[in-house]
Amino acid sequence: MIIEKTKLAFQKLLPSTEPEPPAVEDPGEEVEEEKGKKAKVKKEPRQNGVIECDYAVHGYHLDAQVAPDQLIEAVTIVDEAEFFIESITGVDWIKEGQIEVVYDFSRYDFDTCRVVIRTRVDRNNPVVPTITSIYAGANWHERETHDFFGIKFDGHPHLIPLLLPEDADFHPLLKDFKA
Amino acid sequence: MSSPIQLQPDETFVLNVGPQHPATHGVLRVKMEMNGEYIVDAETVIGYIHRMHEKMGENKTYPQYLMNLSRMDYLGALGYSHGHVLVVEKAAGIEVPERAEYIRAIMVELNRVASHLFWFGAFVMDLGGFSPLMYALQDREYILDMLEAVTGSRLTYCYFRFGGLYNDIDDDFIDAARRFIPRMRKSLIKYDKLVTGNIIFRKRLEGNALLSKETCRKYGASSAVARGSGINFDVRKNEPYSVYPDFDFDVPVYHEGDSLARYMVRMEEMEQSLRIIEQGLDKLPDGPIMPKKKPKLIKPPAGDYYQAVETARGSFGVRLVSDGTKTPYRLKLRSPTYSNMHLFDESCRGMMIMDALAFMGSLDLVIPEIDR
Repeated sequence: MIIEKTKLAFQKLLPSTEPEPPAVEDPGEEVEEEKGKKAKVKKEPRQNGVIECDYAVHGYHLDAQVAPDQLIEAVTIVDEAEFFIESITGVDWIKEGQIEVVYDFSRYDFDTCRVVIRTRVDRNNPVVPTITSIYAGANWHERETHDFFGIKFDGHPHLIPLLLPEDADFHPLLKDFKA
Repeated sequence: MSSPIQLQPDETFVLNVGPQHPATHGVLRVKMEMNGEYIVDAETVIGYIHRMHEKMGENKTYPQYLMNLSRMDYLGALGYSHGHVLVVEKAAGIEVPERAEYIRAIMVELNRVASHLFWFGAFVMDLGGFSPLMYALQDREYILDMLEAVTGSRLTYCYFRFGGLYNDIDDDFIDAARRFIPRMRKSLIKYDKLVTGNIIFRKRLEGNALLSKETCRKYGASSAVARGSGINFDVRKNEPYSVYPDFDFDVPVYHEGDSLARYMVRMEEMEQSLRIIEQGLDKLPDGPIMPKKKPKLIKPPAGDYYQAVETARGSFGVRLVSDGTKTPYRLKLRSPTYSNMHLFDESCRGMMIMDALAFMGSLDLVIPEIDR
């Protein structure tokens, strides 16, 4: 199974600091519950690591959070396993002062496995390395994410506005954006 | 096709195709660096009708956003709405009655046929044949009339609701749909004789714009672009959703990777959609079209949800990040043509300009859907 293989590869890259959830059968919901409880007690940021999620609830199988400098290695794992790139986007977590960059990957064959790779960067200086050298199709997705969030993709060959006007100096999907 | 002349990069000029050009099917601009008739390099410029649907998603409540989805792709709007309602239903835990899901599938497939018909007409017109468009529009008109009677609009439908549908289908619709299926099958034979067997048409497309599996994977191509390159990928089969597992249908796959293969895939998909509609009408269960228990205010629990659906143009995905309030925290729309169009820049190098325009037609572009 490709899910197990990819999970192992991620675990090699990201040795988990958190204890493994006891029930392997249905970890998605449990993680969800844990998150909810934690949010009520105190906010604890998620540690880097890979979680296997319940596909029926979340719509993806593996959720890997990596540090920005591990990103290239993480994307290489999915590239070597012949995943295709679905999209790249961002989420502005303004209260935590961070921006999350989310990469979606999926497969063409019937061994269905959706992988989400996410990385968090400082909101005031968002820089992540580009993955255009691995996936050529990341080019537009990264330009779009740069438009909307102002994330700088280090090493991108052509980081100019794609969807926004060519002289745009604003980033509309930031939560503090005022039109 | 390999170019018979040696390209000399020092003798080039820049040609602007678009933003207002009939071959681009909308406001799309391609900056082509030309050496005579041959393309040396191309850069696609998009964003002319960007409307920031994703920001609207963060400002509107869930039901208010329903109508936005059909403004993305004006030819196959229902498929996009389907993805949106499915992800919100999944997140909020809303049960959908079986009848509603069946009607959704029938409607989406009808819309897919309408979309493919329009593409068929426009594509052949790109290549210089005008009359197939008129035949295609005649058949499409029939579908639009059917959809209009039930949904209330002809293109920008707002038909799906969270948990069900806005309106039930009646006997008139079922009669019309049953009459439409044999009529459409006849038309498909007509199109086959008129266009597919045409020697000029085939010579234009055979071997035109070969796309490898690897290119498709690196760019994330889907729909007929991937299936014309030998990739057996259809979200309805790979990640079954809604009631699609109940239907018996095939996914046409061609291994040539040229524009003709992409054409053949879409033509055969229409027949498969007709099969789904036929089975849907046969199996259509009785019952309500909206669930009895439905939250008055939709507030999905905090979390991250993803749903992919197969629209007429490929794998459309919605990523919903909820923070537990009545508006989404983040709503990402992954549009299929965006990825399909992206591989044009790389793949059209060395082609003659008319071949590149045929290639562009075979990608089935709808610009508002790329720009969002």
